[in-house]
Amino acid sequence: MKLAEPRLSYALLGLSFVLVTVSLLMIFIVVPTEATMGIIQRIFYYHVPVAWVAFLAFFVVFVASIMYLWKRDRKWDTIAAASAELGVVFTTLVLITGSIWAKPIWGVWWTWDARLTTSLVLWLIYVAYLLVRSYIAEEEKAARFAAVVGIIGFIDVPIVFLAIFLWGTQHPSPVIFDGGLAPTMLATLLISLAAITSVYFLLLLRRIAIKNTEIELNNIRQLHD
Amino acid sequence: MAEAKAAAAAIEISRLSKSFNHRPALRGIDLTVSQGESVVVFGPNGAGKTTLLKILATVMNPTSGSAAIDGFDIKKEADEVRRRIGVVSHHSFLYGSLTARENLEFYARLQDIPDPGGRAREVAALVNMTSRLHDRVATFSRGMQQRISIARALLHKPSVLLMDEPETGLDQHAISMLWSLLAEGGQTILLTTHSLERGLELADRVIILNKGRIVLETPGEEIDLAGCKQAYLELTGDRP
Amino acid sequence: MNPTLTKILAIMRKDIIAELRTREVIVSVLVFALLVIVIFNFAFGADRPIMEAVAPGVLWVAFAFAGVLALNRTFIPEKENACLEGVLSCPVSREAIYLGKMLAAFIFMLAVEAITLPVFALLFNLPVLSFPIILTTVLATLGFVAVGTLFSALAVNTRAREMILPILFLPVAVPVIISAVKASTLALAGQPWGEMFSWLQIIVAFDVVFLVVSYLIFNFIIEE
Repeated sequence: MKLAEPRLSYALLGLSFVLVTVSLLMIFIVVPTEATMGIIQRIFYYHVPVAWVAFLAFFVVFVASIMYLWKRDRKWDTIAAASAELGVVFTTLVLITGSIWAKPIWGVWWTWDARLTTSLVLWLIYVAYLLVRSYIAEEEKAARFAAVVGIIGFIDVPIVFLAIFLWGTQHPSPVIFDGGLAPTMLATLLISLAAITSVYFLLLLRRIAIKNTEIELNNIRQLHD
Repeated sequence: MAEAKAAAAAIEISRLSKSFNHRPALRGIDLTVSQGESVVVFGPNGAGKTTLLKILATVMNPTSGSAAIDGFDIKKEADEVRRRIGVVSHHSFLYGSLTARENLEFYARLQDIPDPGGRAREVAALVNMTSRLHDRVATFSRGMQQRISIARALLHKPSVLLMDEPETGLDQHAISMLWSLLAEGGQTILLTTHSLERGLELADRVIILNKGRIVLETPGEEIDLAGCKQAYLELTGDRP
Repeated sequence: MNPTLTKILAIMRKDIIAELRTREVIVSVLVFALLVIVIFNFAFGADRPIMEAVAPGVLWVAFAFAGVLALNRTFIPEKENACLEGVLSCPVSREAIYLGKMLAAFIFMLAVEAITLPVFALLFNLPVLSFPIILTTVLATLGFVAVGTLFSALAVNTRAREMILPILFLPVAVPVIISAVKASTLALAGQPWGEMFSWLQIIVAFDVVFLVVSYLIFNFIIEE
């Protein structure tokens, strides 16, 4: 598959390395400490981009699922599966970094604020996606069923967010940050976002390459039998 | 029901293939069955008989190739195909908690039959099950269930019958009854069976399927029971 | 009558007759719902203000889990004797099959709720038989069965069968559950319609979106 070409992967690897290094420098050295929350606030610069990229990953699952049901080309299923795995990993990171952030600030490991709760529900939906894949032996059926879950899950996301957001406004919860972002903070956030996005695409390509190799291996096994 | 297509073969199969997880179950089947012909398919387990029938019954999609019933394509004109085929399997397709009559009426409605109750009584009479119409199917013996199954297949007067080991669970008497029903019905029949003797009685043509391919195709009169058993053994390595 | 409508109703009717015959689903689901309520009562103690506060939540936990039980049973009978194959070989659209099964599940759920609500009112001495709560219940149940029927067809075709349905279905149904609980809470507190309306809007949006999407996608689950 074209996308899994080594050259593109190496380019992304280089880009990711640069971006991550720069973003880490900015987070720990350049950006000033936030007034109210102190040092722990720096986790925000990874917490938020990781959340956005998790959402991007699930959007990719959504599009790939539709394309698979339309074209029935296996490569779309591979993209969906790889992106779903990454999405779950990134969502787990959102939950963990959210927890790490919450503890020093509010003294609790978890808060039922809108964003974290939505992330939790998202995590559950896409873990179910991965479970459905693992519970079906036949590849074509697994791909088809997973595509259905990928489509339903993503369409549900805005409704989940709306409901939880409305529910959240009834229970005033700790505000993540108020006011605008100082220019350096904004810059740090954007660079971190670029870094995480680059890492996502790198991991996506590598995962797709591994899956393609697995498929080839299976084909050879079948021929041998 | 759409206009019948002129001079179409009853069943026309062209390079039909089906794979599961890249394991081929059917490899490029070509077959033409004329109107009113009875074709009997033999083959060991796993030969692809059930897969072939499921695809023709429009219950399963082929991986490649095409098929048409009375000229109607199984993919593009599936509903027209469904109006013309009667399907019998070793599964009964019957809901156990419903009575025979309720089952038959249900399927009659799905087939757009105007008087479901009346037609249900008619087909029940055909298979001598009138007295048990109002009993729940779960209380029936295997043989009685199979008879209602056959009645179900005949509800909409199909021109083509697809039957997957229909004699399973039937006693000799019931099999004879079934066979005479089929013989006088005049429908086109594609039937798989494990019973070589019985199959030969009915067949205009005999086909042996093995590992997804047709390995033998011969007119019924030309082959006798012993010859058939011999050929089956040679071609499939299995005892018939 | 429109032939497709005849078939949808035939499928719905078939499910209802089968259920009335065996009473498998409704009785076990009903008992389950009542059990949930009774156990919650013990869990929270007899403290009146607490019970009033958690009542809507308890009710909807009962309905959500009872719903999963009922939905699991939607497609299992179709697997016995390969009945679904029998239906698929008839000239009936896959969408009609979806609508027929969905309507039957909807009626089962409503029957269970129609019995649970008065019992709940009796046990907790709470006015749950008001119009707003009944409306909320009907609308939320519609959303449940819209997505639940689709997922039930999916689940029955996997190795894990019934086990996978709650894992798939409950997270997706979160918006409906939240909204139903919130709307019920407001109704019990005697609040005017204003605020309740936003919650009902979410439920209706969910219903419409998932009825349409499930209707369109069902074919991909059923085909082989």
